[in-house]
Formats: sequence, structure tokens, C-alpha cells
Amino acid sequence: MNSTIPSQTTLPWLWRLPALVYRSGALIISLLLIGLIVLLSGASPIEVIGRMLVGAVSTPDQIGRVVATLSTLLLCAAGLVYTFNAGLYNLGVEGQVTFGAIATTFVLRLLYPEEATASLLPPPLTIALGILAGALGGVLWGLLAGALHVYGRISEIFAGLGLNFAATGVAIYLIFGPWKRPGVASLSGTQPFDESLWLGTFGQTEATPVGLGLGLLALLITIVVMRNTYFGLRLRAVGKNQYAAHVLGVPARQQLLSAFFICGLFAGLAGAIQVVGVFHRLIPNISSNLGFLGLLVVMLVNFDPLWVLPVALFFSALNIGSLQLPLSLGLESSLAGVIQGLLVLFALLGRGLAQRYAAS
Amino acid sequence: MGLFACATAGFGLRVKVELQHIHKRFGPVHANDDVSLTVEAGTIHGLLGENGAGKSTLVKILSGFITRDSGVILLDGRPAHIRSPADALRYGIGMLHQDPLDFPPLTVVENFMAGSPSTPPILNPRAAEREFRRWCARFNFDIDPHAQVGDLTVGERQQLEIVRLLANGVGTLILDEPTTGISASQKTLLFQTLRRLADEGKSIIFVSHKLEDVEALCDRVTVMRRGQVAGELDLRPLHAGAQQASSHHPEIAARIVELMFGRALAMPTKPPTRRDEVVLSIEGLVLRSDRLEIRVDQLSLHRGEVVGIAGLEGSGQQLFLTACAGLEPPAAGSIHIAGHNLTHRPYADFLRAGVCYVPADRLREGLIAGLTIQEHVALRASGRHFFIDRAEVRAEAERAIAAFNIRGRPDTYVERLSGGNQQRTQLALLPAPLSVLVMEHPTRGLDIESTLWVWQQLIARCQQGTAILFASSDLDEIVQYSDRVIVFSGGRVSPAIPVAELDVELLGQMIGGRF
Repeated sequence: MNSTIPSQTTLPWLWRLPALVYRSGALIISLLLIGLIVLLSGASPIEVIGRMLVGAVSTPDQIGRVVATLSTLLLCAAGLVYTFNAGLYNLGVEGQVTFGAIATTFVLRLLYPEEATASLLPPPLTIALGILAGALGGVLWGLLAGALHVYGRISEIFAGLGLNFAATGVAIYLIFGPWKRPGVASLSGTQPFDESLWLGTFGQTEATPVGLGLGLLALLITIVVMRNTYFGLRLRAVGKNQYAAHVLGVPARQQLLSAFFICGLFAGLAGAIQVVGVFHRLIPNISSNLGFLGLLVVMLVNFDPLWVLPVALFFSALNIGSLQLPLSLGLESSLAGVIQGLLVLFALLGRGLAQRYAAS
Repeated sequence: MGLFACATAGFGLRVKVELQHIHKRFGPVHANDDVSLTVEAGTIHGLLGENGAGKSTLVKILSGFITRDSGVILLDGRPAHIRSPADALRYGIGMLHQDPLDFPPLTVVENFMAGSPSTPPILNPRAAEREFRRWCARFNFDIDPHAQVGDLTVGERQQLEIVRLLANGVGTLILDEPTTGISASQKTLLFQTLRRLADEGKSIIFVSHKLEDVEALCDRVTVMRRGQVAGELDLRPLHAGAQQASSHHPEIAARIVELMFGRALAMPTKPPTRRDEVVLSIEGLVLRSDRLEIRVDQLSLHRGEVVGIAGLEGSGQQLFLTACAGLEPPAAGSIHIAGHNLTHRPYADFLRAGVCYVPADRLREGLIAGLTIQEHVALRASGRHFFIDRAEVRAEAERAIAAFNIRGRPDTYVERLSGGNQQRTQLALLPAPLSVLVMEHPTRGLDIESTLWVWQQLIARCQQGTAILFASSDLDEIVQYSDRVIVFSGGRVSPAIPVAELDVELLGQMIGGRF
């Protein structure tokens, strides 16, 4: 009767492993799982990985597409570094990209009306104004989410998702309504812009120096800001403990809104590049879901901008390489998404387990 | 019992509850250290003690919310295997939580039906409503069955919970701080109901830190202190005859205070540092939270003065301190700092005026887990430049570490520091000069050496002209270091009393709500 009941909360010693074991263990498990899924779909994992990587770099054209994807992805990821470090899950990044693209399209159409034969201003200036408008559009959509979150006390996740739908809705309305192609409106988007308004590319590829430059510049600025400035430090303080940061004198609201502002700015630039550099028109899914992919990249690197470039490059290569799979192996190209999702999911799991159980 | 068939078949209505040698540790904290408690059937048993004394842990073990490390629970002499709230309910043990565990978006009847161990797969709301009305009629509760629970008052939600638990066949009812946030008439009704349930043979455990409530209601009281049972008293003499209970038995009240706080008070040790100039003055301040309303008619703090706030935790001290620091806007009244009216000014203005707040919950409110000591130092210096001068910040952090004797390096994460070193870090981050320092439990969880050191630093601040306003649950600390003392009791606030005029009995009376 006087038997003592053992505690259920103490962990078996077996679980007390170094954090690194959890992190690398999670990576290994995710790779095994990916292999298993490939096997189940009837292919060899080694071959699939090989094809994807070869597919990504086989021709200059393919490399160009990887670089084009990377440029947009870097802009989105750099912006998301700010919101993640401020403790925000800015799922609204997609909408910010889309609205940026809409704003860019608006300005380009304004300066180069459909019936005109040339841009009203010199084409480079038109493009620059278009990109600037994209940035402002992204900022507007970002601040809208920020205001809903900070002043309306709505979860930034729901605010962002709602605004994503709204932005897509606006895009589709414009494509089928006021901006529809002469003749037939279609999901393939608005009438392509005159070639004078296309961004210059590396050779005959899709990659544009301006896009890549903006992506790399955004990332570089982000690294410097997060590591070396008071602004970055305050942002992290707010993200880790908003109340304590407030008590210590950090203006939390201002920091949160700044994070939304910057993320919207970069996402808007991404949208602008998608319009003037990649699609040369507005299409319904103008973001190519690269905003969501940016979320995965930044989560995978634990919000540290220093590691964004290699991971973003890898993910871009997967995205483009996987497009070869249906042709060469008869597999779905959505395998890239599965691989990316699993990697991130298990990275988060490993981090969570390490935080919870690892021996300090 | 109709819809809610009695789930306690096999257990008589009269249940004697025994907890024997209960132990529970949370990390280094021994929350329950060999605690034994016996509650006779048909009695109301008070469980009294400060916050952190271990009383909540004990009743949560009994109600299955926490599993014990060791010890035995006996119901009518038979061991009970309680590992979850559902287990406890099967044994007829139900707990009424301080914040009712109900579903605010649902209606009263829906809540009444939820959580019954014998709910049939298809609900019968009409039968449930009839049953609910019967229960309410029995206890004179007046609740609209179709109201939304979120719209009810705390007292009504309590009544709903009591009825729900009883309908589920509860024979042992645990109430955690039930008198906080309810109206006087609701309290009277609650006490009548509990008395009636006890007379019917149910065992009631009444957890509280309010002396007056325990005295008015309970048959016996067990006082807990630092995880252990400090003593047990029979309170029935209080109820025999007289209505005005404790006035006839001051010795029982004094004995309870003694059990709660220990016998002799320490001697005042603070050197005189008070100057003539008033630095903080409060007029007609009214503060409201969802549970409390506090009024402070007049309080002036002089430069160099220390005012300690005594009282059981949750009596409104935190609300008052955060208001003085500019973190909570008052409902009425004014706060002047050094002659400037800062009422309803933003917190940044308070900071600029030299007011600083040091919260008790160091890692949740005072410091930022995940940032290092030097990052905290940089954060305090933030705003002057855009780029961080790493070398300078590091040097400043090293100076602070040396001056405040912090066992850590500039790049040590604050959550890795011990409690004492976290407190030293908080003090190191305080700007100088400082007009008013507002502190909550300045030495909670610190060893004696750190405690003495912290107060040396604080008194040095006073000598430079800082006024300190602090709350503590350690009466010794309050008497040793304060010039004047204020007592909070259930939202009521005493005038400030010079420390020389205090003794343990007077303090105990005031903490119990008599002033």
C-alpha cells in the first residue's frame, strides 16, 4: 500500500543526448523517408537525385532558370528573415509578392498604354519606376497585414492568408476584367509587355542581372542588419520576448511594423522582378509560390540569414531539376515540394526535440 | 440522477480523503515535501498559505492534474489510483479552478453537458436543461441556461462549475481561490452552498490565501509553508455562538499568521537615506483588472526612501507596481514623477523620467531568454547609433560583469545564468541616475549572500537619491529594508506605516484584512 509511484515526467537517460544528435538524426530520417517515397513511386533514389541535379545544371538555359528562381527566392527569404526574427509567421508574403506584381504591371501599363507603340518615358526609366511601384505595392500589403496584427490583434498568420486571397482575387479580376487581353481573356495572363520593357538577361537565359543583383543585395543588407545593427538586435529582442523587450524600453509595435514594412518591400521587389524579368506580364500565380518556398528556406536555416544563400540555391535547383522528372523518369515534378517539405518538417522536429530533451 | 448517472457507484457519499507523505519536485523546487492531509467527510477543510507554499500542487495532485512523485492517496481507507482528471472524477473528486475551466463560447447547458463521464453518444439538451434547472433551484443559483458562458460573471461561472461537478457525482469538492473576483452576495451564496454540501456529507477542500474567508467558512485549516505542512488548527471554536467570528478569538488568527509567516520579525537594518524632496506622488489612484479594483488615495515617495509592500500575493501589488512604472494605465487618479504629471503618458516617458521596473519573473518579463548578457547591455544602449560597436559593447558588458559580480561571460545566454546572477544582471542593466525603482520580489529565490549583496546595491542607489518601491512576500525583508510599509489585502490598501511602529501581530492583522 505504501508503494511509491514513480514520476512520469523524468526522462529515461536514453533520451539525454547532445543537441547535435537530434539535429543530424532528424536530417538522416528525413533523407531516408524521401528515399522511401521515391522507392514507393517506383524509381531509384540515387537516380532521382542525380537527374534532378543534372537537370538543374545540364544546359545554360536550365542554369538560367535556376538563377531566376533563386533571385526571387532570395528576395522573399531576405524579407522573411525580418519577420521571423520579430517572432512573426508572415504567411502573407505571397500576397505581398502578388500585390507588388500588380503595382508593377499597373505602372508599366500606365507608361506604355496598349495602343501606344513606345513607352512614354525611356524604357530603362519605365522599368525602374515599375520596380519601385512593385516595392511600394508590397509595402502596402505588408503594412496592411502589420496593422491588422498590431492594432487589430489578429494573428499575422490569418491576416496574411486572408490578404493572400485578396491579392490573388485582385490579380484575377484585373486579368479577366480591365486588363484582359484584346480578344480573349485567359488564365495565361495579361498581354505580354513590349520587349523594350523586359529586363536584360544573361545571354539567352531567363536569368536577369538586375534580379540576381537585387536578391543578393537584399540578402547582404539583411545579414549586416541582423548581425551588426541595433535595429536587428531590437527585432530579435521583440521576437524572443515582446513583453520583456517592452519593459527594457524597446518600442515593440514600431519594431513589428518595421519588420512587416521591410518584408513587404522585398516581397514587392520579388513580384516586380517576376513581372519585368520572368513572365513579362501579370499572371494569376505570379509568385510561383516562391514566397511559401522562402518560408521553408528561412525556417530550415533557423532564421539565420548567413545560411540563406546555399539553402535557397539548393531549393531553386530542386525546383527546376524536378521539372525534368516527368520526362526522364515518369515521376511527378511535385516531388521537389515533397522533398523540401520533409526536410523542413524534420529540421523543425529535430530542433524541437533538441530544445526539449538535449543534455545541456 | 437521470441523464448523469452517478459515476461513483461503490463510493459512498461520505468520503474521507487522506493524502499521505506526498512528494512532488519541479526540477530543483520541492513543491510538496512529505505533505500529509486528512479531510474528514462532512467538513470544510481550509488549505492556507502564501503563493508557492505548495497548496495548489497538493490539490492538483488530488484532482489528477499533476502526478505525484511519491505518496499515497486514500479514499475511505482504500488507495486511489489517480493519474488524470478523468481518474479523479471517477473517484468522485472534482476541482473548481481559480479560472473556471469551462468553454466560454458555448451556452450554459452545453457546458453543463460537457465533461460528463457518462454522456450518451446522442445528447439530450432538454433533459440536461431540466436537470440543470433542478440543481440551480436547489442552491438558489440564478443562471439562464441559454446564456453564453463568456457573458457570465466569474461568480456565475463558478456556480455553473459547482453544479456541473455535483451532477457528475462529485463527493469531494476542491475549490482553488474561489472568492477572488466574485461579488459579496455571490460569496455569501457560495459559502451557504458549501456549508450545505458539507452538512450533506461531502468533503470540501477550500484553498485560499485569504485569512478572513478561511476563518469565516472552514472547520479546520492546514497551513502550508515552503512545500511543507506548517501546522493544523481547529477553527470550530470560531463559529460556535458568535457571528462576528474572530473578534472573539484573536489568538486563533494570530496563531494562523504565525504559522504562515514564522514567529519573530527581523530587526530593521536600513540606514537612513531619506531626503526631503518628493519624487513620486500618487493621488486618488484607481486601478482595475478583471479581478480586482484597487484604490490608493495618497502616497508620496521621497528621494532615497524605501517603501515596502506586504500582503498575500495576488492582492493587487503587481497591478499597483506596474501602474507606478507606467506599464499599466490607471482608471482614475494621477501619478507625478519629480513634479511632472505622467498620468496616461506612454511608458517611454516614464523611462525618460528615470523610472525603472524590475519584475519578479526574471526570464519572462525582465530579461530576454535567447539573448546574451552583452546583447542586453547593447539593447539598453540602443537608439544612439545605427551600427553596434561590438568592442565597446563587450567592454561595457565586462565592466558590468565585474562590478556586479555576475558569474558569466559577455556572451553567456541569460537563461543559462543562475537566479542570483540573473538578478545581478537585471540590476546591472539599470540606468544611472534613477529616480524611482519599482521592484517585485527583489530577492526571490536568491541565497543569503546574494540577498545581502542585492540590498547593498539597492541601498547604495538610495544614497544616490533613488526612491525604491518594492513588493515582497518575505516579511523579514520588508521590515529590514523599508522606511515605511504598505499592506495590500484583497485589493484594499493600507496607509504607509513607518517601520518602527510595526510588529508581527499588527502586520498579520493587516494582511488578514483588518486595518
